[in-house]
Amino acid sequence: MSLIDIRGLAVRLGGRTVLHDVTFALEPGEIVTIVGPNGSGKSTLLRAIIGAVQPSAGMVALKPGLRIGYVPQRLHIDPTLPMTVRRFLGLPKHVTDDEAHMALHEAGVGDLGKRQMTDLSGGQFQRVLLARALLARPEVLILDEATQGMDQPASADFYRQIETVRRDLGCAVLMVSHELHVVMAASDRVICLNGHICCQGEPEHVASAPEYRALFGTGTQGALALYRHEHSHSHEHDHPHPHEHAE
Amino acid sequence: MNLLDSFLTRAALAGLGVAVAAAPLGCFVVWRRMAYFGDATAHAAILGVALALAFDLPIFAGVLFIALTMAMSVTFLANRGQSMDTLLGVMAHSALAFGLVAVSFLEGIRIDLMAYLFGDILAVGKTDLAVIWGGTLLVLALIGWRWSALLTATLNPDLAQASGIDPKREQFVLTIALALVVAVAIKVVGVLLIAALLLIPAATARHFAITPERMALLAAGIGGAAALGGLRAAYVFDTPTGPTIVCVAAILFAAANLLQVLRAR
Repeated sequence: MSLIDIRGLAVRLGGRTVLHDVTFALEPGEIVTIVGPNGSGKSTLLRAIIGAVQPSAGMVALKPGLRIGYVPQRLHIDPTLPMTVRRFLGLPKHVTDDEAHMALHEAGVGDLGKRQMTDLSGGQFQRVLLARALLARPEVLILDEATQGMDQPASADFYRQIETVRRDLGCAVLMVSHELHVVMAASDRVICLNGHICCQGEPEHVASAPEYRALFGTGTQGALALYRHEHSHSHEHDHPHPHEHAE
Repeated sequence: MNLLDSFLTRAALAGLGVAVAAAPLGCFVVWRRMAYFGDATAHAAILGVALALAFDLPIFAGVLFIALTMAMSVTFLANRGQSMDTLLGVMAHSALAFGLVAVSFLEGIRIDLMAYLFGDILAVGKTDLAVIWGGTLLVLALIGWRWSALLTATLNPDLAQASGIDPKREQFVLTIALALVVAVAIKVVGVLLIAALLLIPAATARHFAITPERMALLAAGIGGAAALGGLRAAYVFDTPTGPTIVCVAAILFAAANLLQVLRAR
């Protein structure tokens, strides 16, 4: 059974139709990336899945009892709120020191437990958010632009961490990103969204699809090829390599 | 002789009760930037006083009802595209004005308006004391029960939603707690100064706390110290008690900030 099954989803916010006719399913263990221009409804789609916005039509069906680990787009912690990393990890459910330590390790950061959340660097902060999401032992990890504010090597690093997490925990990953070339390399499937699903499929397929090029141009292709080339040793290809990208 | 027979003992216990109830709620008011929300709810309480006197109801009930109505209508309207800032400015002062006008209609009932505006802690009776501590325990139980969920929803509504917590429900819990604190505190500091008792101890505690829990505990201690210190100072200097309590809290706040500046050097 699919973890998430969305059929004919439409969402209206403030009188504007943000999403319409969205249909897709997320299967156990796969990494799916949603790309799309600003205002294309990417975050709204994720928020509809976690139940923060109500569909105006269609349905969002989650596997009963589905455990979701959610990493929000931006988490602003008010400076008046004192919060250690350790305390943050125990929200909303108490976790043991061992569990907290383990989750930080899985998220690729050391023992930050005693540090204040507001003192962390952007990369550390996002990894702590990831650690907190992992504590739910998620069957699906949902990330909304998790690398905003990181530089490119840092976000490439972060997405490699996501691949590691998927490998170790076997959870599915559904993420939204702007950094197409970086994310696409780590995805099994890409969904190109612009109010509706323009096109979807394997990263290479989407990158060469006319709908995708109409939205993003061809500019990112070079970077994609470059990235693929650099890291091709770490990927298993069970499909013919798309030679047209090798520039 | 019963300890509660002394009006000073009753006043001290009343002040402590309000400080303890206001502390954890005050922290949420600070963290969620609800200062004006607290103010508006408190100002509306004077309308509740008028209502209670007109219909011969307990003051506590009238205040609780109006504070709750006020808090819920603000929450409702804020989700309808009005700017929260403007909305609170409009409602806080309108509620106060309507309350004052309503009180003037109450012919034949002589009420001491000042007592409701600035509190009359020295006139706290045994029944008042029971109401104050009953309300305080209720607030503590409510916030203690929802503590984790409230904190998560305060950090980020979507984060809470993904963990199966309804942020709107948690907001409602805070609204109820706020109405309770206003109803409990009106006798002690009056409607105009309730928000000060919510904000100042929490803001003072911020500098010395590393977790939300410690901030709430510290705020309770600081609020309690301000209540007792204010009571003592009012006795010594023969000043109005409610405002003196707030003055002591403000002095503690200033001292904490000064200490923070010196420590940072």
